[in-house]
Amino acid sequence: MTDTSSTVNHNIDDNNEQPQKEAANYDEYKELAIQGLWKNNPGLVQLLGLCPLLAVTATVTNAIGLGLATLLVLLCSNITVSAIRHWVPKEIRIPIFVLIIAAFVTCVQLLMNAYTFGLYQSLGIFLPLIVTNCAIIGRAEAYASKQPIKQAAFDGLMMGLGFALVLIVLGAIREILGQGTLFDGANLLLGDWASSLRIEVLELNSDFLLAILPPGAFIVMGFLIAIKNAIDNKIKEKNTINEDKVIERVRVNFDS
Amino acid sequence: MAFWIASSPHNHNQQSTSSLMRLVIFAAIPGIIAQWYFFGWGNLIHIGIAMITAMLCEFIVLSLREKRITEQLFDGSALLTAMLIGICLPAFAPWWITVIGTIFAIAIAKHLYGGLGHNPFNPAMTGYVMLLISFPLQMTTWQPPISLMEIELSFSNTLTTIFTGFTIDGYSVEQLRTSIDGVTMATPLDTLKTSITMGLTVSETTQSSVFGEHFAVGWEWVNLAFLLGGIFLISKKAIAWQTPVSFLLSLFLCSLIGYTIVPDSSASTMFHWFSGATMLGAFFILTDPVTGATSAKGRLIVGLLAGLLVYLIRVFGGYPDGVAFAVLLCNMSAPLIDQYTRPRTYGHSKDLS
Repeated sequence: MTDTSSTVNHNIDDNNEQPQKEAANYDEYKELAIQGLWKNNPGLVQLLGLCPLLAVTATVTNAIGLGLATLLVLLCSNITVSAIRHWVPKEIRIPIFVLIIAAFVTCVQLLMNAYTFGLYQSLGIFLPLIVTNCAIIGRAEAYASKQPIKQAAFDGLMMGLGFALVLIVLGAIREILGQGTLFDGANLLLGDWASSLRIEVLELNSDFLLAILPPGAFIVMGFLIAIKNAIDNKIKEKNTINEDKVIERVRVNFDS
Repeated sequence: MAFWIASSPHNHNQQSTSSLMRLVIFAAIPGIIAQWYFFGWGNLIHIGIAMITAMLCEFIVLSLREKRITEQLFDGSALLTAMLIGICLPAFAPWWITVIGTIFAIAIAKHLYGGLGHNPFNPAMTGYVMLLISFPLQMTTWQPPISLMEIELSFSNTLTTIFTGFTIDGYSVEQLRTSIDGVTMATPLDTLKTSITMGLTVSETTQSSVFGEHFAVGWEWVNLAFLLGGIFLISKKAIAWQTPVSFLLSLFLCSLIGYTIVPDSSASTMFHWFSGATMLGAFFILTDPVTGATSAKGRLIVGLLAGLLVYLIRVFGGYPDGVAFAVLLCNMSAPLIDQYTRPRTYGHSKDLS
């Protein structure tokens, strides 16, 4: 099988070119981090797992809860998938990945049920639905099933962080617009001391219901994607200007 | 002698956007006057606030989008949107309701989709529905007709109510809305809905003072005035006749069927025609050239669909009036309807078109 041959190559690489590989590794990790957090962010660019992303981000607390749960599942599933990648027959890889993910989701669900019961209740169906989150199975299929454990784990961490960050930003914007607070109900996640975290950002006479309802999530999400694209365009413009300058310099040299 | 051969279209329409918009705004004036006569200054103040907000918002967005400001700022489309929002809002709604709704309509519903001509949804109705969903409490602060009110309502009283929530003498909105009998008054459609859910029949409900002699105090005249304005628009060929006619016909048929089957819990056909936003929706909102259907057959279908939706929402839905929702749903389906009702091109067979 092709899988085994490629791993043999990997092993040879491991033995022979240790110093070169470390440098390459550093670049690879950096690339993974950039991809996960910005360029290929599962929430903003791949638009995977939109259902929980839009449904539970009415408050920051919910967003953090679901973000952490997804991050944990993604990390563990990536590690496991990567660890067993040589023994998984290609034909039935998807059911196996789903089983692995479901096992971890069950763990997370039971843990949250035990330690953060309030949050467990407010996340409701979206906690078990992490199983069907395309971002997780997508990473298992596209990355973890082909890469060694360390990279897969790092990729899972970065993708999970990217997803969680989008969740938190979305949750913060919607909570401020909707209720004028931040960290409302944080005690559900962190224990009783956290109820002092609640911040009144705006004094609103009435709740802005649209921001709390799902359509508001779509609208805020659209704005977030627009902001990301605007920043990307700015960076691109800057780069092209720099390149233009370089070309000019060359021309001047050539003429003289 | 050489003939000048021009390609089609041969029948030109010289109207510009601004003259069309101006015509529609003028046609709405009788309705606004009727509204002022029966309900006082509230809606006029809201129209004013909405227009100022709309112009500011349009100016800011246009300059951000680097468009030609003078041309598009004064084409009247923003003013028309603002006017429609102002007409629709409850007269006692606080001022920030208007401002938020107008900003949403202009900046998000119109310009984020690419500006006038590219918006899939009617901006005014999008703003209105956003308000209706977000602020249910403020959006039901309807004012009873002046003739039924206990407290004298002058211009300055209305102004302070909109900006502070209290009249100069300190009456709150709730007190203003309370009738002589001590009952808070709502719109006729609202009253009908609540009393039918409470188990009353229609004939019992219409004893309530908001229904007056005919269908609904004030509302019937406002609707009649909008009907007049609409007929003026059709005679000027500013709007196509198909949408309003099929809309009203469809609403008439639906309410007729409802009335024949269960006369005890369905309002009369004319009540559906002359209360709520029926006429405003038929002639001023559904006929929006940007968001409606474009073919004649398509317009008929959109009108039929809208009438059915308005009736269904009024009778079975959670909101007393459904024109705004019906308009948005029709806007959504208009491209599909256009796709299937494309007129046959001259010289092509039917199945090819």
